[in-house]
Amino acid sequence: MSSIVSLPDQTTARIPKRNYITNENGIMSWLLTGDHKRIAILYLISITFFFFIGGALAGLIRLELLTPQSDLMAADTYNKVFSMHGIIMIFLFLVPSVPATLGNFLIPIMIGAKDLAFPKINLLSWYLYLAGGALTLWAMISGGVDTGWTFTVPLSTHYLNTNVVTTGLAIFIAGFASIFTGLNFIVTIHRMRAPGMTWFKLPLFVWSNYAASILMVLGTPVLAITLVLVVLERTIGIGVFDPSKGGDPILFQHLFWFYSHPAVYIMILPGMGVISEVISTFSRKRVFGYSAVAFSSVAIAVFGFFVWEHHMFIMGVSNYSTLVFSFLTMLVAVPSAIKIFNWAFTLYKGSITFETPMLYAFGFMGLFTIGGLTGVFLGSSGTDIHLTETYFIVAHFHFVMVGGMLMAFLAGIHFWWPKMTGRMYPEKISQLAAVVTFIGFNFTFFPQFLLGMLGMPRRYAAYPPEFQVLNVFSTAGATILGVGYLLPMIYLVWSLKYGKIAGANPWQATGLEWQIQSPPLTENFVEIPVVTQEAYDYEWLDRQKEREVTQVG
Amino acid sequence: MDHISPVIWQFLVKWLTNFAVIPPEASKVAPQVDALLLFMTLVSLVGLTLVILLVVTFSILYRRERNPVATQIEGSTLLEATWTIIPLGLFLVMFVWGSVLYFRIYTPPPNAMQMYVVGKQWMWKVEHPGGQHEINSLHVPVNKPVQLTLISQDVFHSFSLPAFRVKREAIPGRYTTVWFEATREGTYHLFCSQYCGTAHSAMIGQVVVMSEDDYKKWLASSTSGVSLAQNGERLFASLSCTACHNGTPTARGPNLAGVYGSTLTLTNGQKVTVDDEYLRQAILNPSARITQGYAPIMPTYQGQISEEGLFSLVEYIKNLNSNYRIQQTTTTTELAPAATAAAVGTKGMVKP
Amino acid sequence: MDSPTVAVHEGAHHEHPSYQRHHFVTMDQQRESASFGMWLFLLTEIMFFGGMFTAYLIYRNWYYPAFVAGSHTLSIVLGTTNTAVLITSSFTMAMGVWCAETRKRSGLILSILLTLVLGLVFLGIKSVEYHEKWVQHHVPGLRFDAMTFVHPKAEPGQPVEPGLPLDMAQHTEIYFSLYFAMTGMHALHMIIGMGLLIFMLIKAVQGAYDEGNIAFVENFGLYWHFVDIVWIFLFPLLYLISRHQ
Repeated sequence: MSSIVSLPDQTTARIPKRNYITNENGIMSWLLTGDHKRIAILYLISITFFFFIGGALAGLIRLELLTPQSDLMAADTYNKVFSMHGIIMIFLFLVPSVPATLGNFLIPIMIGAKDLAFPKINLLSWYLYLAGGALTLWAMISGGVDTGWTFTVPLSTHYLNTNVVTTGLAIFIAGFASIFTGLNFIVTIHRMRAPGMTWFKLPLFVWSNYAASILMVLGTPVLAITLVLVVLERTIGIGVFDPSKGGDPILFQHLFWFYSHPAVYIMILPGMGVISEVISTFSRKRVFGYSAVAFSSVAIAVFGFFVWEHHMFIMGVSNYSTLVFSFLTMLVAVPSAIKIFNWAFTLYKGSITFETPMLYAFGFMGLFTIGGLTGVFLGSSGTDIHLTETYFIVAHFHFVMVGGMLMAFLAGIHFWWPKMTGRMYPEKISQLAAVVTFIGFNFTFFPQFLLGMLGMPRRYAAYPPEFQVLNVFSTAGATILGVGYLLPMIYLVWSLKYGKIAGANPWQATGLEWQIQSPPLTENFVEIPVVTQEAYDYEWLDRQKEREVTQVG
Repeated sequence: MDHISPVIWQFLVKWLTNFAVIPPEASKVAPQVDALLLFMTLVSLVGLTLVILLVVTFSILYRRERNPVATQIEGSTLLEATWTIIPLGLFLVMFVWGSVLYFRIYTPPPNAMQMYVVGKQWMWKVEHPGGQHEINSLHVPVNKPVQLTLISQDVFHSFSLPAFRVKREAIPGRYTTVWFEATREGTYHLFCSQYCGTAHSAMIGQVVVMSEDDYKKWLASSTSGVSLAQNGERLFASLSCTACHNGTPTARGPNLAGVYGSTLTLTNGQKVTVDDEYLRQAILNPSARITQGYAPIMPTYQGQISEEGLFSLVEYIKNLNSNYRIQQTTTTTELAPAATAAAVGTKGMVKP
Repeated sequence: MDSPTVAVHEGAHHEHPSYQRHHFVTMDQQRESASFGMWLFLLTEIMFFGGMFTAYLIYRNWYYPAFVAGSHTLSIVLGTTNTAVLITSSFTMAMGVWCAETRKRSGLILSILLTLVLGLVFLGIKSVEYHEKWVQHHVPGLRFDAMTFVHPKAEPGQPVEPGLPLDMAQHTEIYFSLYFAMTGMHALHMIIGMGLLIFMLIKAVQGAYDEGNIAFVENFGLYWHFVDIVWIFLFPLLYLISRHQ
């Protein structure tokens, strides 16, 4: 199979002596850095750490569900395990995953800036994230929490004796990390673009992160105040959510989902940005219908704020409000469909190669299509009644979050690995890992759709024996999936020392980030570029090569 | 077959013989829900196949070996409009279809049998109008619409009947309702599907659909001797509701005979229809919505009556068709308070 | 910004003022970014308070008499005084920004000091009000007694108000929860603001704002005005709008 990879001559090539990694030495130069690229690396290390903790907890869940009885662990322990799995994966992995790592690293470079607008706030964001993460771990070690990630009142406020307050504060703090990241991105994208870099020359990755940032900035504060009220309710009993004092637990549901529904778009939108970049690069073509893809990100962000009640269709809300929210939910599904087809047609008349990022991107397209379409099952209120609160929901959001977002994250990590480290990952084994992940994923989560259709409720430590066969399939798949996630961890670390030297632009990609050395200089650009070309302009790239003009000597 | 692990083999055999993707269709609405589910599944499969087909075909046709130079294409408004409008149209069909079903499932017919369900950590308590109590099971007759009124006495629970394709959250502090009409005799799963703490997964039971005759037999064999309305009547007397709601012209409280289902005008001019939820709130938070012409003097009974007790009172007031019944209750209370007290004591029938 | 990266560039950018960060191309870009960031931050603050305003709206609709009775227990004199104090502090802050812009160091120091003092006065009056609530058993969860609304005590010189029925009286707890949550969050913002004021005061005394590098002062001004505006909404909602009842 042919490949577009063009690496410099390995016998003479060297990693540039001066780059953001070698610029300074010592642990303090990392811990006190303002460099967006170093902060991205710090974030990458921390979210990987939490991903594997969350993953280990997922492993425990699947092991427990191997048998119908709750025999591996008591029901209480199981409840803590799935709660911590959800909390860690959502707040400490998925929300910051692409924006805080790839976004942090790439957005300033893609728009031709030297850094994000507020480097200190960026660093503060990482410390807040770390504080939130540490507090979550502390809550987990000192007894755990078993509210589920949704903190449902009055269960969380009056009926549990676990570390709800600690965890609530942890998420509160981690929430501010997310707010600051979003704020930084919005200001940077508005104010720091290089001369000539108009909005419609921006790479789609920037657009999708911009849309996600709007959600972070407007949604997260609502979660913050909700958690404050939950903590006050639990500690001193203020009664705002306590039905016995006239408070309304449904109000909590509204406030919580007002954040937590947009939060799923915070998680998926940046991933969609990665897919746009990858598909364009490996089919050597401009993304089909650039502006449609850009605007669909914004449309998702806008509509995403007005669909939260679809989490509450069975909670006794008015039938007529269900009508409105079900309708809006159908509307928000459309931009996702547009994106999928635009990506598919980007391949049309392209010149396609199948390097690892592209394999992950194909995986994303398949799995996200399933995840998105099953979302319509849940958005349609009549079928939602049967399917909600069952494994169908679990399967649906894992298809979107893990099948979609994690695939996109891995696509992005592989795609920009040479830029971040200056070295290539090993291609063959990583292609294998992508395929293993895809197979393992389907084995793990597809049976859960069937379980949900059959009515098996989620969050069950023990279940009727008739559901066992499908659960065994799911657990078996999870083992394969686990291997699929461990492999990249191992070979990526290996490649840090032994990987091939990548050179500035191994993929022959058009983004500004590929026109500078790998790894980049601390200040990114020797001279701020003047942008004249459209995004994904491969002819411009060819002309550049002909003239042998590079921006970095 | 000895080269296949016996465990896996056993699983496969078991799975293939019991293979099902949907639970039994045991209610009137189940086939209707399944029809929409089938429609959605087909649309999804077509959509998914289309995406896969596009990706695979393009990957083969335009792989680098075959097509070394890409042709740049800006986009196509026509194509993009196509894949905006067609999915939108399909989604809207699903929206309308789903909403019709939603309204059907959550709008009980007027002739439905009434049953009351209280969720608590971690059991379901069902109260039948005839005074039958059940825990973690629900007996219903076949081919009769049954309406459930649900409430939780602690945290959120969810009453899930997969074989009937219905589910409703039991919420602390307010009533929710759902209805179904079972069409096939048998025993089906009853789950709590909203996470409710430690023994969430043990909060399961069964719904038993019986023929008309069997159901009558069951009713007779499990009766406690006191119907829910009678229990409510005793509560009504023992809580001294009759002191004001006695139906006399000089009464300090409104006459409750026939009040259920009527439209009241409140002191602030608002009109409300009296339903279960209104009655519940009128007992617990009486001053919030006072009937026009009456003073806000009713004390609150918050914390004094259990959810089952409230259901009894609601059921009693629902069945108050004439003033005569109230007069009787009043007289009984006045004549023999001891007898009522004794009744309260016996068998724990009155559950305040 | 850590020093070494700056060190690399300081040589290359003589023409810029010393306080321009290395990653901004022009001073205008830096100033615009800072104020844009501040406005965005204030937007998140609106959403933060928005959650509580939503709760207020719903419960006020449900438990109107309780909210009326609750708001009657607040001192309109103290509330009005506090409003005046806070508006004045916004004025002194605006003066501070003006002084910074016109590079009047002593004027800036005086304005900051005045703002600080007015902020302290506000918090002082607020704590008097809080203490009153504690004495009257109106602190939800910790020290609350609904009976004070069933049998209200006659205020000297005021007619005895009719009591609420017990069930409605109990819902005054929701009113006070929201009162404390909203004014408490507001006070927390004041306290954070005053910490920043002290920081700014020290900087001003050191002459940090004499060279035109006043982005911090300007953006803090925005923050302070925002906190003021939140109060402008809280005051009528909590103290005034049920007064006529």
